[in-house]
Amino acid sequence: MDLENQKRVKEFAEQYGAENVVVVVGAAEGEAAGLAAETVTAGDPTFAGPLTGVQLGLTTYHVCEPELKKEFDEAVYDEQVGMMEMVLDVDDIVDEMSSIRDEYCKYL
Amino acid sequence: MNSVIKGASYVLAHTPEMVINNGTTQTTERVVNPDSEYLKELRGHLRSYEDCVNYWPNQVYIGNAHPDELAKVEFPYYDKPKADSERYGKYGEIMPEAEFILLAQACDMFEVIELDKEFVAAHKDAFAADPVITEDIVAKVVEGVELSEVEHFVNDEHAEGLYFEGKLVGCVKRAHDIDSNLSAHVMHENIMSKASSVLALLYAVRNTGIDKEDVEYVIDCAEEACGDMNQRGGGNFAKAAAEVAGLMKATGSDSRGFCAGPAHALIEAAALVKSGAYKCVAVTAGGCTAKLGMNGKDHVKKGLPILEDCLAGFCVIIAENDGVSPEINLDILGRHTVGTGSAPQNVIGSLVADPLERVDMKITDIDKFSPEMQNPDITKPAGAGDVPLANYKMIAALAVKRGEIDKAAMKTFPEEHGLTGWAPTQGHIPSGVPYIGFAREDILEGKIRNAMIIGKGSLFLGRMTNLFDGVSFVIQANTGAEDNSGVSEEEVKGLIAKAMKDFAASMMAE
Amino acid sequence: MAILKDKKVVIIGDRDGVPGPAIEECVKTAGGDVIFSSTECFV
Repeated sequence: MDLENQKRVKEFAEQYGAENVVVVVGAAEGEAAGLAAETVTAGDPTFAGPLTGVQLGLTTYHVCEPELKKEFDEAVYDEQVGMMEMVLDVDDIVDEMSSIRDEYCKYL
Repeated sequence: MNSVIKGASYVLAHTPEMVINNGTTQTTERVVNPDSEYLKELRGHLRSYEDCVNYWPNQVYIGNAHPDELAKVEFPYYDKPKADSERYGKYGEIMPEAEFILLAQACDMFEVIELDKEFVAAHKDAFAADPVITEDIVAKVVEGVELSEVEHFVNDEHAEGLYFEGKLVGCVKRAHDIDSNLSAHVMHENIMSKASSVLALLYAVRNTGIDKEDVEYVIDCAEEACGDMNQRGGGNFAKAAAEVAGLMKATGSDSRGFCAGPAHALIEAAALVKSGAYKCVAVTAGGCTAKLGMNGKDHVKKGLPILEDCLAGFCVIIAENDGVSPEINLDILGRHTVGTGSAPQNVIGSLVADPLERVDMKITDIDKFSPEMQNPDITKPAGAGDVPLANYKMIAALAVKRGEIDKAAMKTFPEEHGLTGWAPTQGHIPSGVPYIGFAREDILEGKIRNAMIIGKGSLFLGRMTNLFDGVSFVIQANTGAEDNSGVSEEEVKGLIAKAMKDFAASMMAE
Repeated sequence: MAILKDKKVVIIGDRDGVPGPAIEECVKTAGGDVIFSSTECFV
């Protein structure tokens, strides 16, 4: 994850409390989604950014995951994400995201 | 009449040492994590020049193989060298790092590059032997200095080192003591961009067979900015590169739009020529040192070579209609506007479906789409997916939504209307334009009727706006013949009247 | 319990996946308070 974004995530977790922050990602692939999720839960796996070694355990989802989707207005989701969802490998994304969540999320 | 695509060039410079020393992934890592495993392992993952030349996507880029042939190669590509690969291709070449450093010096007008004289002596003949490097360019390479002098500039004067095979062989000095826009880092980045643009211009002139003096305007559409502290980004890379390339009758300017820059610039060039303002315009761009090894961490982690080890350049020559070459149809322009938004379907709708709808065409009326042609060998291991394929799936989904194809046809759409990506991830370089050279030939051969070139840009990276951007245009077979047959009766009458008058005048004079 | 309602939501979009602003539009409809939205670019 971009270093500046990591810095902002860390600041927000401190400011609002990690239990109140949810990170929603839009990655193109399961692996990249998983990496982003890992960064905001277990720490930056690339050891480059401010979240290196910082285990925030934030709640995190990909925008296409069913749990999140059911909370969105259907028409808005369809207009903004619908077609991209047809292109993405949602199953792979869900697998990656849920395995990270199961292991590292502290506030589920 | 529409302006035409006279020809194109595509060039690469293999710069593994610049991966280590100038790519931002690496320079950032050295700041935040100087002892990292990645930095230790990096050198062991660099490709040799031969491996870089034998790489399928690179051979496609310089025109030694068609993208259709690449589509038949089993993925991944990095471990399947192409037989009979060559340094030179019909569109350009893959220049070795040593020669490219000499070209960079030939592009330096302010004595900021100092090279070790032994290095210069060792490589000057090879540089001079390059078929597009003219004597006047070779003459710009200076003899060089003692290595100790280079070391002094690097160690004590903030110069950026230039390396070859792991050894210091030269440097780029700062061009000003306190102006950060003229720092050694910025000068290095800009001179390398300029040098690769020069190489592209030289090949474009060769490939099209035009005279250098035919080029009247040059547009540079790369992503760098040159200027000093009082006018950062003032420009003008275009004219600077045209000078070295010997385009003595050309003026020019820079056009910017992140990765969408080339597509914007080509539309501008086509309009300039169609309007009659200039007869022949070269749209050119050099490469980007910052992006070298951009996804290197993922490549190294997965045991792959560093695949982002080349600076890339391209040039397209747009000229007046010659009755033969494929045309740019300015009536079919896709545009992502301020109001379009960034929902992927709106983006692709604005760039693909909307312009076609305005002229009563369907998505399936376009034979080939060339969106962002990033090489998936590079992007897939980095978790960015297969970018061209994702674009094709989106276009297919749009066609389904519009009732133009069946849902079942979505599967075959990418193969029928798409291409496999081969371009290096040099930002603006993959964005639509890598196919223009092939598109020209495919249309001339009657393999396809038309192609849509799509450029997209991430404006939000500049932190000025959250907007996305993109434009598209269509290249089609030449319709010049039709235009010529459409001379009106009035025009003919006018011509006859003028001829009679001239005749009478000459009789009177006698 | 809802995931997004009344939470502080940080969005990390992807240029070649779903961009930040598109996610933002969706999150707003679920009652999430978007405090940061960004789009990453790997190419």
